[in-house]
Amino acid sequence: MATTVSHAKASSVPRRPPPVGVRNSRAWLVRNLFGSVGNTLLTAGALWLLFVTLPGLVRWAVLDAVWYTPDAGVCHAAMGACWAVVPEKYRVMLFGTFPYSEHWRGALVIAIVIALAAVSTIRRFWSYGLFAAWVVAMLVVFTLLLGGVLGLRPIGTHEWGGLPLTLVMFVGTVVGGLPAGVLLALGRRSTMPVIRALCTGFIEIVRGLPLVTVLFMASLMFPLFMPEGISIDKFARAQIAMAAFFAAYAAEVIRGGLQAIPRGQYEAADTIGLGYWQKTTRVVLPQVMRIVLPSMMNEIIRAFKNTTFIGIIGLFDVLRATSTAIQDPVWVRYSIESYLFISALYFVLCFAMSQYGQRVERDLARN
Amino acid sequence: MSTTTSSPASAGPIVELRGVNKWYDDFHVLRDINLSVGRGEKIVVCGPSGSGKSTAIRCINRLEQHQEGDIVVDGVELTSDVRSINAVRRKVGMVFQSFNLFPHLSVLDNLTLGPTLAQGEKKDEAEDRAAELLRRVRIPDQARKFPGQLSGGQQQRVAIARALMLRPQVMLFDEPTSALDPEMISEVLDVMTELAQAGMTMICVTHEMGFARRVADLVVFMDAGEVVEAASPDQFFGAPQSPRTQLFLNQVLH
Repeated sequence: MATTVSHAKASSVPRRPPPVGVRNSRAWLVRNLFGSVGNTLLTAGALWLLFVTLPGLVRWAVLDAVWYTPDAGVCHAAMGACWAVVPEKYRVMLFGTFPYSEHWRGALVIAIVIALAAVSTIRRFWSYGLFAAWVVAMLVVFTLLLGGVLGLRPIGTHEWGGLPLTLVMFVGTVVGGLPAGVLLALGRRSTMPVIRALCTGFIEIVRGLPLVTVLFMASLMFPLFMPEGISIDKFARAQIAMAAFFAAYAAEVIRGGLQAIPRGQYEAADTIGLGYWQKTTRVVLPQVMRIVLPSMMNEIIRAFKNTTFIGIIGLFDVLRATSTAIQDPVWVRYSIESYLFISALYFVLCFAMSQYGQRVERDLARN
Repeated sequence: MSTTTSSPASAGPIVELRGVNKWYDDFHVLRDINLSVGRGEKIVVCGPSGSGKSTAIRCINRLEQHQEGDIVVDGVELTSDVRSINAVRRKVGMVFQSFNLFPHLSVLDNLTLGPTLAQGEKKDEAEDRAAELLRRVRIPDQARKFPGQLSGGQQQRVAIARALMLRPQVMLFDEPTSALDPEMISEVLDVMTELAQAGMTMICVTHEMGFARRVADLVVFMDAGEVVEAASPDQFFGAPQSPRTQLFLNQVLH
């Protein structure tokens, strides 16, 4: 028997490595960039475009640029970009109308939000507790910004501005809008007709309006309907409008996730005796959140960029603060540089969020 | 046969279906189903697909709603009242064809979720019982794994353990081996057989005729929404009465 077995082994098909592909870079270049006449033409065209545009761009942005001077005249004399506008005006850009002596409070707010965002990237901390930490952090942030306690000078919301305002508006939008979106999505699938109609109506109406009109309604029309003497702060009105807008979109994303959960999951939860909310929070939503993560990240990034709209109703978010900063007649001609700086700021924050989302997806895929 | 409880109700049937009827729109899916299951009895329900056998057992814990007739579980009549539904579900464990484990929870958490949330059992007590049940279904070392890391047979045994965590009076099995690869069917049937030998009341919808022969006290054959024949395994397999039963047995046994 033993000889038969060894004979069978010896005659079986031997394992061998996969065929060697073309791996060196020269072959890659030839295949992908000059593989056909069309590809060669496209490559040549692209090289020509780079040749025409790149030197001028490098000269303007780097070689002839002025990096630092308190004197706008130096920039005026130079041929290149005037990056000096950024160190000259950064405090107005970043803090807007916030009282100058209290800028440290705004800086602390930025630090808290970014630190907690960084902690949130660590999956070990993921729980409903992390969400609670965000709620607490928002309370601390509002205390810092509003003042009036602990010896902090009171600052009205009409004086808020810049990056702290942008971040608070953004975090408030997500922290307020996400649970609302979950409830709306659950409500839209409810068996109770009134709840279903209300949730569907809210989602469809808000989704059917541009954000600008929602903000204008919150800012201008809403006070008209309020009884005499009661006025809600402009910041709060904008915050509610932003959160409601986010909630409507988040609800539809979550509803998509809810539909992907097999009926068997609900039935299994029923048979082990879980009630509606136990079933929803412990069985359904954790699975939904994993499913909707990519599209939810998309909505969150969009919500961040949507904060720029609050400039329209007179709040000084970081973009509006920047355009105000360069109203200074001495520096007004360097608006391109200022906007490029702010664009870079938005890009860094959005890109970080996007990378974070992708890392979470990879983590979840591993399970 | 071991009897674990001896309350006065234990004299009568633990599950009783009397004249149960159900329709999906116009389709009459259950027609006058009568079934009486005594404590410790093992019932195997078989029949061609679409015969209503799954629907019938899913009515017993209200995953489906019957429209006529009475269903009584351990003295509790099943009505639309949430309290009656919950009372019945506390007595009835269920195992599904597609396992329906919670993929985001570890095996241990799958087992303890129900007892800790629905019955307020302490977490460490529930975990001790879970470890014990996992030994009983012969996967003691998989508690920290996630369902997706287990084979189909292992997942189904976890599902059986999860149902047993709630100390049910009756276990319902809805085609528990139909989604399994052939080499895994016996490990699940072995666990079910042990459970039967320990005295658990069981109602199994299954096509495993060997299991029915070995374990069942009563084999119920359903076709087109009605009970065609109900007999002991010897009689059912040895001398089936109805031509429909004979046709079915010819098809599944060959």
